Amino acid sequence: MSQTDIRSQIHKSILKQQKAEDRRKLMLNGFLLVLLLLAPFVIYPVFLMKILCFALFAVAFNLLFGFTGLLSFGHAAFLATGGYTTGYLLSNYSGLTTEMGIIAGTLVATVLGLAFALLSIRRQGIYFAMVTLALAQLVFFFFVQSPFTGGEDGMHGVPRGELLGFINLEDNLNMYYFVLAVFLGCYLLVQRIVGSPYGQVLKAIKQNEPRAVSLGYKVDRYKILAFVISAALAGLAGSMKSVVFQLASLNDAHWHMSGEVILMTLVGGMGTLLGPVIGAMFVVNVEYQLAQGPLRDWVDPILGGVFVITVLAFRSGIVGEIQKFVRKNLG
Amino acid sequence: MSMIFGVPMAVLSGQLLIGIINGAFYALLSLGLAVIFGLLKIINFAHGAMYMLGAMATVIMFDTLGVNYWVALFLAPVLVGIAGVLLEYFLLRRIAGQDHIYSLLLTFGVALIMQGILTNIYGVSGLRYAMPDVFKGGINLGFMFMPYYRAWVIVAALIVCFGTWFMIEKTKLGAYLRAGTEDSQLMQGFGINVPLLVSLTYGFGVMLAAFAGVLAAPIYSVTPVMGSHILIVVFAVVVIGGMGSIGGAIITGILMGVVEGLTKTFYPPASSAVIFLVMVVVLMIRPNGLFGKEA
Repeated sequence: MSQTDIRSQIHKSILKQQKAEDRRKLMLNGFLLVLLLLAPFVIYPVFLMKILCFALFAVAFNLLFGFTGLLSFGHAAFLATGGYTTGYLLSNYSGLTTEMGIIAGTLVATVLGLAFALLSIRRQGIYFAMVTLALAQLVFFFFVQSPFTGGEDGMHGVPRGELLGFINLEDNLNMYYFVLAVFLGCYLLVQRIVGSPYGQVLKAIKQNEPRAVSLGYKVDRYKILAFVISAALAGLAGSMKSVVFQLASLNDAHWHMSGEVILMTLVGGMGTLLGPVIGAMFVVNVEYQLAQGPLRDWVDPILGGVFVITVLAFRSGIVGEIQKFVRKNLG
Repeated sequence: MSMIFGVPMAVLSGQLLIGIINGAFYALLSLGLAVIFGLLKIINFAHGAMYMLGAMATVIMFDTLGVNYWVALFLAPVLVGIAGVLLEYFLLRRIAGQDHIYSLLLTFGVALIMQGILTNIYGVSGLRYAMPDVFKGGINLGFMFMPYYRAWVIVAALIVCFGTWFMIEKTKLGAYLRAGTEDSQLMQGFGINVPLLVSLTYGFGVMLAAFAGVLAAPIYSVTPVMGSHILIVVFAVVVIGGMGSIGGAIITGILMGVVEGLTKTFYPPASSAVIFLVMVVVLMIRPNGLFGKEA
């Protein structure tokens, strides 16, 4: 065989493998989609929506942490800003349809994200984490002091209203499919971003920032855009959450929440697409199960323990470890 | 009574005093963070929890064993320091080669565990610690009343801050430390036991936090969550001062306490947010902090 023959053979076999992998992925995704569509008939829809909202929150966070390498310790600020804005608008202006309230909440969170990004982007690594944490604390104090948030009591009775003016969201199933649609849309968006040339630059920045700079990329702009997109999606998650639970509370603004989303992403697998979703499922479930049982007072130390074990023993997270295993044994 | 900007002199100086005392705590805590950061290059998220442990240990040792204030002032930091050395040796060391973000997350997890466990045992409402008899009462300075204990806090904090500064900048041990900050591999090559130095540095850093905790026990409410709030403020203080210098950490800490006290006098609603606002302004004007050298 000539060299070109060998080369084309190799090429073909690679293509074949790729196709097989694509097919496998497609089947997996189809299977997951069917599961998600049928899930509310088996599991309480509000619980599922809680998972979806937190999953979106974690996916948004992961775009910044997992793919760009920036650890924000202030993402709770965006979740809460989205939630409070949407809650306030829907409670006080009955003419607004639900999606308008959610869009408004997302926009305000986006603007806040831009402000955070401009202030913090020149710092790196742990400095970046400290600056975002402090900025989020400022936002927290703002919400504590502002009368419209209801302070420690939170904002209750946010009306779910009607989607586009005619789909009644008081019905849990309607609400679920709406949340699912938004979640899937955002998930696909993030997938698209990560796979795009822009996403490749983000990965390059994560791996070696000086090199990206030397290649001529305006690194700060890329990072700011990633931060803003991440903040927008986190705000969207908060907006939806306040509609689902008809409640926006200070819990969402607390630094504890910023820590929780880090845990979700880390446990699920940072830098993977599905990881944050699995992580959110895991954390929400663990919290729920613990709250039912005799360990209800031990949620915090147990989550802290999960943190420690994850960092020490499996930094790739659940999805990352599975990927490693598959590559080693089946690839 | 004399007035300054429409505020009685006594109120102003009272708030200033509280500000300086808070500032002394900020200084002690940010100093510990700076020392740890210097050699380990990590931000110790468990620093607030160590401060809390110092205060809790003081109260618990008094309640159960009758250990008095002066012994606690020595014993609590030593115990917490030993805990810190163990934490460094068994946990932090395992991920020393990894991205520093992981050690930040690890210490965050440790803080959650400590805070959570103590909350379950002691609740969040706060323990009482009786003021030692020596410090009861105070002295009238003419323009204000100065409680003895508050004067002692300022003096003790300043002594410890200065001692730390002196040790790091002027002694041989401090020279090792600074050299380790520059290039720990080269230090190892010169035959200095760097891993030991790292453990001891971490232990010393958290000792400072625990010392602040003991000082805080008689005047602040001692609860398992007392550390988490002050830690975020101290982070802001560190960002304002920049990690560049030990002296900078001390000065910024006290300065921010005073700023907070003044805000409490003139515009109380902003007092809990003012340090973060200062941070925003500093980030815009001097992104590396007031005393920082580089990012």
